[in-house]
Amino acid sequence: MSGDMREVTYRQALNEALAEELERDANVFLMGEEVAQYNGAYKVSQGLLDRFGPMRIIDTPISENGFAGMGVGAAMVGLRPIVEFMTFSFSLVAFDQVVNNATNMLTMSGGQFNIPITFRGPNGPAHQLGATHSHATECLYANFPGLKICTPATPRDAKGLLKTAIRDNNPVLVLESELLYSSKGMIEPADQELLIPLGEAELKREGSDVTIICYAQTVPLALAAAEALEEEEISAEVLDLRSIKPLDLHAILNSVAKTHRVVVAEQDRPYCGIGSEICYRIQKEIFDELDAPIARVSQEDVPMPYNERLEKAVLPSAEKIVAAVKKVCDA
Amino acid sequence: MSAPEQRDEVEMLALMLLIRRFEERASQQYQAQKIGGFCHLYIGQEAVVVGAIAATRDDDYLITAYRDHAHALARGTSANACMAELFGKVTGCSRGLGGSMHYFDKARHMYGGHAIVGAHVPLAAGIALASKYRNEDRVTLCFFGDGAINQGAFHEALNMAGVLKLPVIFICENNLFAMGTSVERSTSLKQIVDRAEGYDIPGFIADGMNFREVRDKLTEVVEAIRQNSHPAFVEIRTYRYRGHSMSDPASYRTKDQLEKYRLDDPITRLRAQLTREGKLSNEQFDVMDKHAKDTALASVTFAEKSEEPPIEELYNYTYAP
Ligand SMILES: Cc1ncc(C[n+]2csc(CCOP(=O)(O)OP(=O)(O)O)c2C)c(N)n1
Repeated sequence: MSGDMREVTYRQALNEALAEELERDANVFLMGEEVAQYNGAYKVSQGLLDRFGPMRIIDTPISENGFAGMGVGAAMVGLRPIVEFMTFSFSLVAFDQVVNNATNMLTMSGGQFNIPITFRGPNGPAHQLGATHSHATECLYANFPGLKICTPATPRDAKGLLKTAIRDNNPVLVLESELLYSSKGMIEPADQELLIPLGEAELKREGSDVTIICYAQTVPLALAAAEALEEEEISAEVLDLRSIKPLDLHAILNSVAKTHRVVVAEQDRPYCGIGSEICYRIQKEIFDELDAPIARVSQEDVPMPYNERLEKAVLPSAEKIVAAVKKVCDA
Repeated sequence: MSAPEQRDEVEMLALMLLIRRFEERASQQYQAQKIGGFCHLYIGQEAVVVGAIAATRDDDYLITAYRDHAHALARGTSANACMAELFGKVTGCSRGLGGSMHYFDKARHMYGGHAIVGAHVPLAAGIALASKYRNEDRVTLCFFGDGAINQGAFHEALNMAGVLKLPVIFICENNLFAMGTSVERSTSLKQIVDRAEGYDIPGFIADGMNFREVRDKLTEVVEAIRQNSHPAFVEIRTYRYRGHSMSDPASYRTKDQLEKYRLDDPITRLRAQLTREGKLSNEQFDVMDKHAKDTALASVTFAEKSEEPPIEELYNYTYAP
């Protein structure tokens, strides 16, 4: 990296990515609820309407199925839509368009129609929003071949992954996180192109005793857990997947071959979860490297309760990760 | 069942006052961080739901969106149960599991509190289907905002209600904005009520700042439905005084617009009407208002003192026994 790194928020980083790609390619446009005049429900699209005008920054009615489908149609003719879901909980209203139209089209048309569309917005539980508004949707979407999924946890990853997603010729979900929008991190200078490939995990912290595999909201939790574990003289490696699909199996296996113990920290629910898939792959490839059964920390398998204490009991936390690591290390 | 006797207007005014004072307290408690998540206030719109209550029976079904505190209170859910829900307590109307956006009270035929915009409109049609199926003469009141009329679920439900002649009243609380988006910017229609025409459903308009107009219009509609099952659509024009939710500064609208509606306040108007007609003295009003304030305040104490839902119950409501 050259030039002076600077500190930005996750929100700003996303905003930069959008602005740069809108600037770079006239086929790119942004569409969604409150993205234009209101500058985004979470202010990610701040200033973009002023800069790019109403043909490229489009406010929609509350019609997720309609505008997601409109995005797919526009992509069929070669535009590169960025569709914002106010949250991915509302993407469930548009599930059919994302899955059946965006994702299946290339295969169904015998390779004639690729769909270069980005669906983005906050995903995963925020704080006490209750069952309808707290969905982590990555497991759901990960089940569909044809879709790529990334889950940035830092400003740098947010910018680099979003830019790559917009340039990708396939439907890509950029699953952001409401709880991370105001978090800060270091990032390359504004004039330096920042692209992070999909499907590349990153070691957020090196360690030797255990690998904590995490993504999105569980990255800061895993880092906090690793810090706490240091006091107990357990050296934890924190591997941020960054992309759910494609999955960086290589990075996972490398780390596990080094530490021999694994905890998977997921923000989604356990059943048919990302962690299940990872556990399967690890034992299939390098069973002999494991010194202990793999532990998983995920949500409890219940619809999200509103009550704060119960919500906390449902969600993964640094404490739960610490406990899982200790168990794995004691084994 | 026969038509209900006209509900007492002074009582209806008291109900509007209770709703307003409850929400003022909720707002204060939200700011004090006693309440989590999203909180959407109904202040300004009270005459809509109370007018509907005045036109219907206690056994009619009611379902609404996430701006739902008033609808539960209007249905007779206690202020205590409503406030406790905001506090996430087990004494809340959804045992602290639902929160502000997901109020439910089955005993009072309050079928929720639904937070996905438009998603409850088909539920209303389904509830009405059950009434028809069972030969009941109950109507279903389905409330939603102007933002909901552009969801597919809304359109599909209206069409089926029309085809099956279901006893449901679709009540659009048109407060001019869906979050920061004005109706003109979201909706390809001259007026919202015209949506009904597309489904051959009779449509009506009422002034939502005027309790009597809402009640009278809905009374007419309800009686017609009880005689002969069919759906209806009522656009009620109203205004929310506060932002969309507690975190919205509402900078997309003018002070003048807000002032204009505040001057047309539904509570002030009904009070003036009753006073002019000699049905309500200032002293009586003050007593009523004090009672509403006391009830709201007491609900905070109740909520504070209530227990949290036990952690052991986490899995109790995922599947029915
Ligand atoms: C499917 C879906 N999309 C988006 C949202 C986010 N959202 C919540 S309320 C709202 C505006 C709704 O406005 P309106 O229907 O007019 O009701 P009002 O808030 O005025 O009562 C939006 C966009 C949601 N809850 N559900």
